Amino acid sequence: MDKGGWHRQQMSCFRKMEKLIVAMQDPDMGIKMRNQRLLITVIPHAMTGRDVIDWLIQKYRMCEEEALHLGGMLVRYGYIYPLKEPRSLVLRADETPYRFQTPYFWTSTRWPASEIDYAIYLAKKNIRKQGELMEYEKERYSLLHKRINHTWDFVVMQAREQLRASKQRRKADRIVLECQEQAYWLINRPQPGAHNILDVGLERPNNFSSRVTLNSDYYKSEIEACRRALGRNRVKSSICLEGFVKFSEQYQNHDPIMQGCLPSNPWISDDSAHWTMNAEMVPTPTRLRVERWSFSFRELLNDVMGRREFMTYLEKEFSAENLCFWQACENIRHGESSRIVEKVEEVYKAFLAPGAARWVNIDSKTMAHTLEGLKHPHRFVMDAAQMHIYFLMKKDSYPRYLKSDLYKNMLARAIVPQETKKSVFPFMRRQRHSSPSPAQAFTQVLEEDGRAQAGTNAAGSHV
Amino acid sequence: MGEMEQLRKEADSLKDQITAARKAVQDTTLQEAVAGITVVGRVQMKTRKTLRGHLAKIYAMHWGTDSKLCVSASQDGKLIVWDSITTNKVNAIPLKSSWVMTCAYAPSGNFVACGGLDNMCSIYNLKGKDGNVKVMRELAAHTGYLSCCRFLNDSEIITSSGDCTCVLWDIETGTEKTIFTGHQGDCMSLAVSPDFKFFISGACDYTAKLWDIREGQCRQTFGGHESDINSIGFFPNGNAIITGSDDATCKLYDLRADQELITYQDSGIMCGVTSLAPSLSGRLILAGYDDFNVNIWDSLKAERVGVLAGHDNRVSCIGVSSDGMACCTGSWDSFLKIWN
Repeated sequence: MDKGGWHRQQMSCFRKMEKLIVAMQDPDMGIKMRNQRLLITVIPHAMTGRDVIDWLIQKYRMCEEEALHLGGMLVRYGYIYPLKEPRSLVLRADETPYRFQTPYFWTSTRWPASEIDYAIYLAKKNIRKQGELMEYEKERYSLLHKRINHTWDFVVMQAREQLRASKQRRKADRIVLECQEQAYWLINRPQPGAHNILDVGLERPNNFSSRVTLNSDYYKSEIEACRRALGRNRVKSSICLEGFVKFSEQYQNHDPIMQGCLPSNPWISDDSAHWTMNAEMVPTPTRLRVERWSFSFRELLNDVMGRREFMTYLEKEFSAENLCFWQACENIRHGESSRIVEKVEEVYKAFLAPGAARWVNIDSKTMAHTLEGLKHPHRFVMDAAQMHIYFLMKKDSYPRYLKSDLYKNMLARAIVPQETKKSVFPFMRRQRHSSPSPAQAFTQVLEEDGRAQAGTNAAGSHV
Repeated sequence: MGEMEQLRKEADSLKDQITAARKAVQDTTLQEAVAGITVVGRVQMKTRKTLRGHLAKIYAMHWGTDSKLCVSASQDGKLIVWDSITTNKVNAIPLKSSWVMTCAYAPSGNFVACGGLDNMCSIYNLKGKDGNVKVMRELAAHTGYLSCCRFLNDSEIITSSGDCTCVLWDIETGTEKTIFTGHQGDCMSLAVSPDFKFFISGACDYTAKLWDIREGQCRQTFGGHESDINSIGFFPNGNAIITGSDDATCKLYDLRADQELITYQDSGIMCGVTSLAPSLSGRLILAGYDDFNVNIWDSLKAERVGVLAGHDNRVSCIGVSSDGMACCTGSWDSFLKIWN
């Protein structure tokens, strides 16, 4: 993402904030502003941090933390600046005075901030009062002096001119303008260590040479892709949404973030019993785990223990070669490229060749297709045959396995861990209730080391 | 009309027909479909561990399949494999290029991979004979930065790049097996389907695409976002994909309905989504944003039900462990946090 890309990305963020800022200054519905005394001068159109937060809470029906977070962003991005401590770009939920930045000094308006403007600003500070520049500003000033030395006369002349013009303003206006300008530069040339909103992270290079060219070939392949896409079967949205509802209901008890876990959450209790009980191979699995095997065939196959149990069942039915074949094909699909040919050969001999020891029953069409592919073996050559056997097991053996004594006994024997009383937090295990107002249905979380946010209303959520 | 103009018109007309076909299967609204279920109550998660050790912005993290080890990549030029429970560093791998943008953990646990502005995907062997972690392979062919990579197995890896393509590599030979072309902008993120047969990619052309790994073709394209898609993932049942974008929204696209079904947005959220991960049941979507927070969404009711606030800078990456137990966030503040 080049500078242009960053600009586009940040602009959409800026535009959203600017809409909010304009709403905040609406004469009827916006924040009620007042005069603020700054030393011996009165600054008009100021507001307190408390005003900002209350207005956000009311407008968005959000809670205190959320309003503090959003308001804090507006300060960080320079749309609101603090009057008393200009370098402290945080929003305080009290009587601390703030002011709206004038659109002239919005980062989006004057983007990118120019070096010459910064030089003029520093020059003005320097001229106005010797030693007023901070250490880092002095360093930057001398760097600029070197870099744009050729225009230095212009810089100094502009600085003098601007200072002269400002002397002719009323004191209150002059102070306001100085505050605004200082606020602008604190955002666009932040002091070392301060958060930098202009930080784009890694500068992604602009790779124009490898951009897609919109020529005839491109459109031809687009047309082909569209034709294919047009012909696809589309399922009704009601059925799809119902599918998600069912899925998340089915898995709700298995979702530790939502329902907690037994015997205890190892991250909280430091007791790894949960992991020990659910290790890959255990003498007796947990009930939740065995239940999950019944959710789908894929769930059963994904669990090593489940596969082993299923194999035992198939052996009783004299159809274990199906699962063996399926596993062997998985081995080919996901194994080393160098051994593909060798493995394919082995699989053919063991499962597909006439008179093979563990012959699997696939239809003649698939067999013919597979044999053809064997002439030039590759990673996916067994796909069709594997799919056939997979569906065979899924439609036939799997449902019968779930009804079998083998499975039922396993389910009956399975462990339901006892909750470890000492360190389970009640709210982790409670069923989730619906909250009255979705907009207020969240709260910030206190960190374990006690870092608290001001005004939190989260009862009982501290360690 | 020139030939190209005609072709363009034909393509546009087909796209309009696809839009109509999608509309034709919209037989309900989200509100109606989920009217019968109640919104999830407040979700409160706490930081259980903080992984300290990186010295600069963290750009990526990925859980290992054992749900305990994870790998992270930082601008300090290091790839660190963490034991997230003890917070010990199992490996601290110095990288040739510190401009790393992505990292991945192989399902087997044997390898990790990373890449970035060096345009390469480097594979590191964690289980080398002498105990040292060394570069095993450098996959170089992309003409743009490496934005994301994911292992299919120890022999194959898929990468997405700023050169607008995704590539399936054979790790043993270090060669490209399949090149997936079609995106018109930088590919930013990719995710592999639960059955390993498909993968999805999100790009700076504002679209997400579903690719058939074996056929090498784009099966479906999803639009609707108004800015770059930074993050993408599968809904746990494999029937839908979730995207996160600079336009401050996340969207759920259903693969069977072939269209967007749900948008996750809030007027109070004004900055881009950097990363996302669904909880194990899919009911919750955890999304990291530029404003330092993670927002937790009720995926079916499309409402915010929680916030994770603990980072001092942008949340750049997020992941939920495969046992669904813990969520890990990585940030530009150089810390990783484990929450649940």
